[in-house]
Amino acid sequence: MIALDFAPVLAEWPLLAKGVAVTLGLTATAAIAGVALGVACAWARLHGQPWLKAIVGAYVELIRNTPFIVQLFFIYFGLPGIGVKLSNETASVIAMVVNLGAYAAEIVRAGIATTPKGQIEAAQSLALSELQVFTRVVLPPSLQRVWPALVSQIIIVMLGSAVCGQISTNELSYAVNLIHSRNFRAFEATFVGTGIYLVLAMALRRLLNWAGPRFVFGR
Amino acid sequence: MRSRTRRPAPRAAPALNIAFPIDMIATVLHRSLRRGAAALCLALAAPAFAQNALDDILAKKVLTVAIPTDSAPYGYVGTDLQPQGLDIDVANLIGAKLGVKVELVPVTSANRIPYLQTKKADLVISTLGKNPEREKVIDFTIAYAPFFQAVFGPKSLSVKTPADLAGKSIGVTRGAMEDQELAKIAPAGLDVKRFEDMNGTVSAYAAGQVQLMGVGASVAGNFMAKNPQVSTEFKLLLKDSPNHIGVAKGEDKLRVKVNEIIAAARASGELNKLCLKWLGRPIGDLPG
Repeated sequence: MIALDFAPVLAEWPLLAKGVAVTLGLTATAAIAGVALGVACAWARLHGQPWLKAIVGAYVELIRNTPFIVQLFFIYFGLPGIGVKLSNETASVIAMVVNLGAYAAEIVRAGIATTPKGQIEAAQSLALSELQVFTRVVLPPSLQRVWPALVSQIIIVMLGSAVCGQISTNELSYAVNLIHSRNFRAFEATFVGTGIYLVLAMALRRLLNWAGPRFVFGR
Repeated sequence: MRSRTRRPAPRAAPALNIAFPIDMIATVLHRSLRRGAAALCLALAAPAFAQNALDDILAKKVLTVAIPTDSAPYGYVGTDLQPQGLDIDVANLIGAKLGVKVELVPVTSANRIPYLQTKKADLVISTLGKNPEREKVIDFTIAYAPFFQAVFGPKSLSVKTPADLAGKSIGVTRGAMEDQELAKIAPAGLDVKRFEDMNGTVSAYAAGQVQLMGVGASVAGNFMAKNPQVSTEFKLLLKDSPNHIGVAKGEDKLRVKVNEIIAAARASGELNKLCLKWLGRPIGDLPG
């Protein structure tokens, strides 16, 4: 029987607070850049030149069929081998953006693919340019259709950022691990960490469900 | 606690073997729940743990030992994918003297103490150094092998005193002795990056992600031997900390028994032979 004692864990609240801040910062950057990358890739896979389609297709398959931690280690430990040295925070952000970009590309592509043909033809008959058709007629309703899936994917990426502690990024799970390596309260520390992740994930879902119609695809 | 909750099980088992009528299962469940609750109350009331790890080990004929797989030559995975090293040999030696089978559990620096606390392992033989913080949560046997931690870095970087560390970056393994010792001497402006295990720390140094690394001498020695192209040398001693075996808090019977085995193996020269084999140097003077 282990006697539970949360006091030594909660006493380290500045570490936990910093961890939460870093996790949220990583997630915010990754979500914005990752979704933008995803939209660009979705467009490229549908409308790009054959060579562009091939490159983006390869990128999506490569990222979606390898583990996140391997991608992260490749960027942090592997790239210095060819002279590209990134700090742990930069490496974490890039890994998250690249990862989310690939998944978002497929989600957004599904949304675009279900756009009724007549809608595009109507826009074309109004003499809108190809870019205008995509950004004003095709994209907003597509994003609206796939928004729940996209929100889920952003949350998965936020939870996946727990892995970034492996390369010494001071995010939440790093803080939790550091705390229990100091006071050996492993159960209490992970319990508190789990609770914080749960709250963050639920809050983020609500925030994105609120923000989506207002700022992303609404009018 | 483990044996307390387990004790009711054999008595409940025969009832469960009969044709599984629902009401009988319900009765059994209810009875074991009540017993469980009683045991729980007992455990909560008892301030200390029962000292029965040694009896459990001898009854099961299995000794579970937490060992490293990232700290050559103390514990690493060989080309045959089997763990090997000084710590593994010591585990087998203790198992042989107890007359039981040894089950090895690979652990990292960060999770080896939780393994002991949650009784996933009976002993931790994992380059474990003794310090007051750790003595609060687990008990230690006498030392079985020499060990020291130090700061290592490239020849081009001048680090002679702890103050020279200011403005530099250093990789350490989270929860390892180096982490705690470094915190004591680290000047403001030292960028400490903590990694999950020794492989992470060493990889970060090899990739140039950190300028220095704080690791055990054996890890550094092994790294230098395999990576002569990366300029690495000894910079600062962090701590001389011989390896001890970790035992769960209050398991005095087991600790005393293991102490006897180590003392005998030290006296007979068996441990010295293992040190010569793996570390290339004699066991030297170890504290009691």
